[in-house]
Amino acid sequence: MKTLAELQVIRDKAREKLTVREDNREAVRVVVGMATCGIAAGARPVLNAFVDEAAKRKLGNVVVTQTGCIGMCQFEPIVEILVPGKEKVTYAKMTPEKVARIVADHIVNGNPVMEYTIGSMMK
Amino acid sequence: MVRSHILVCGGTGCTSSNSLKIIEVLEQELSKQGLAEEVKVVQTGCFGLCALGPIMIVYPEGCFYSMVQVEDIPEIVSEHLLKGRIVTRLLYEETVDQDQIKSLNDTDFYKKQVRVALRNCGVINPESIEEYIAYDGYQALAKCLLEYTPEQVIQVVSDSGLRGRGGGGFPTGRKWALTAPNKAPQKYVVCNADEGDPGAFMDRSVLEGDPHCLIEAMTIAGYAIGATKGFVYVRAEYPIAVKRLQMAIDKARKHGLLGKNIFDSGFDFDLEIRLGAGAFVCGEETALMTSIEGNRGEPRPRPPYPAVKGLYGMPTVENNVETFANIPQIILNGAEWFASMGTEKSKGTKVFALGGKIKHTGLVEIPMGTTLREIVEEIGGGIPNGKKFKAAQTGGPSGGCIPASLIDTAIDYDNLIALGCMMGSGGLIVMDEDTCMVDIAKFFLDFTVEESCGKCTPCRVGTKRLYEKIEKITNGNGTMDDIDELEELCNYIKTNSLCGLGQTAPNPVLSTLHFFRDEYIAHVKDKKCPAGVCKSLLQYFIIADKCKGCTACSRVCPVDAISGSVKKPHEIDTSKCIKCGACMEKCKFGAIVKR
Repeated sequence: MKTLAELQVIRDKAREKLTVREDNREAVRVVVGMATCGIAAGARPVLNAFVDEAAKRKLGNVVVTQTGCIGMCQFEPIVEILVPGKEKVTYAKMTPEKVARIVADHIVNGNPVMEYTIGSMMK
Repeated sequence: MVRSHILVCGGTGCTSSNSLKIIEVLEQELSKQGLAEEVKVVQTGCFGLCALGPIMIVYPEGCFYSMVQVEDIPEIVSEHLLKGRIVTRLLYEETVDQDQIKSLNDTDFYKKQVRVALRNCGVINPESIEEYIAYDGYQALAKCLLEYTPEQVIQVVSDSGLRGRGGGGFPTGRKWALTAPNKAPQKYVVCNADEGDPGAFMDRSVLEGDPHCLIEAMTIAGYAIGATKGFVYVRAEYPIAVKRLQMAIDKARKHGLLGKNIFDSGFDFDLEIRLGAGAFVCGEETALMTSIEGNRGEPRPRPPYPAVKGLYGMPTVENNVETFANIPQIILNGAEWFASMGTEKSKGTKVFALGGKIKHTGLVEIPMGTTLREIVEEIGGGIPNGKKFKAAQTGGPSGGCIPASLIDTAIDYDNLIALGCMMGSGGLIVMDEDTCMVDIAKFFLDFTVEESCGKCTPCRVGTKRLYEKIEKITNGNGTMDDIDELEELCNYIKTNSLCGLGQTAPNPVLSTLHFFRDEYIAHVKDKKCPAGVCKSLLQYFIIADKCKGCTACSRVCPVDAISGSVKKPHEIDTSKCIKCGACMEKCKFGAIVKR
């Protein structure tokens, strides 16, 4: 170790990997339905896509978690996105391909992707 | 990509209740479910809440699972990690608030704590230098080497008001300032990790949970006093601590944080571990140095003090682990920050090992000046089984007792000394009404008699005679003269012993004599042990009204001291009774009493 800059590089890199352990009650929560119905419908690749996309964009304030069955199995995989202070948005029939757009439009820019929401599908 | 971290405590407490096996099974289950890539298992140091071990925290949810068993692992993996359903039966009840999970820091045990020395314990993986660096590790060292002169470093430490956490409470900055100007071909920094007080384990927890912090602090001390070599003297009974510290030293060397020309500043420093055999006297600084030199661990007379003539006859700074653990934070946050915590003459925080008759046994770090009541009733969760608080013992075999009447005492160095106690290394043993204070004094004396190195007579012979006198009292053969002689002998040992071990060995006797003299008198005059502990003074009786004559007691008695016919009240022949207590345990009707 010769310079402070070297130390900072290690620090910043290591820090990114530890965001998951920090107090995250203010973070955006992405909740993926992972009951038997969700898993069968393909929730796992969706969950992984959210984790990857958040990491790619270095979004430290996004927490990806799972939940059980919410009772609308025909719409699985279902994903709920909770931005603090805003109303919950529920996306249905999710695929990994839809994830990038939701992260970009909804999580980063604050505009929910209406055509993917459960509301638009039930019409 | 990793979406979840599972932190499992790998401190000695949780390890002995099988946490390593838990980690192994956890990893197997995760790969079985195809989650090995998504979920990372991290072994950490001690969380402090040892009473609830083995402990596990799952992030990002921050679920705190307590008393986890190997059998629970498949359920945690398939329910929580696969399906996202929290296993509520394993949650620590205090973290659940109307179905919401509270942060651990909001629970009674943690909310009053301020973690400085323990800040990384239970938070980072001690075997990963990257995780230490992520939480500002080695920043303080860089700041010292690149921005401060050695004099400035000493000034910051002095201004912070930090005092030695190993027992004596000597100001750390002054110790460094006394050593720095002494010219010598080689100077040394020594870390005293020979934690010997029964019940104290904060130094072990720092070594196990945050070993890089010690390395960083010792290097800073080396820079401040002009030493290029350091030794950590740690007892061989701490295998996990030794292993992690060695691993940390190797990694620090690899990253150039130990060795030649650190941060291109021209400063060299390196560290070695020395293993001790676990003799209590080696916690005394001169005995410790004698032991590092390869000789039998015996103290040397002072002066000359180690600042002038220490290890290998060279100027040496010796501090204990917890003292060092505060240093990087003081450098990073400034002396004023540290001095803003605590009381007038005792700054910062202190770690206590809570033990004895208390609900939350474990490690707590609190600002100096916190009252004993807050520690026992709030943080410690009170005394179990509805018993009453009787006294707290601090400072181990060198310390004394604080009786229940003084429970509102603010804990700092000076208040404890005024009470005839001592901070010691921070063991805090809580006693309830079932504890006999004479017996406690005997227990600690037994320890010092065993651990006295034998070099000076007052300690070698004096503690032995002291022990015999107390034994005489607990056997019911004491006289009032014995009590007076006890006091005289105590004062003689205190003033004439060579080192701290002998000088403080009579403290448990003096302190209990001062606060609980009536118990000594009860043992001598009434031949009774009020707490019902001292066997020789006890007799077991059967209350005839309560006895149903079930014969359970007479069947369990190993010496056939109980007689009586079926369905008639039984009787104990006290001349035959060996006071084993088996009958009392067996009796379903509470008919057997001891008094």
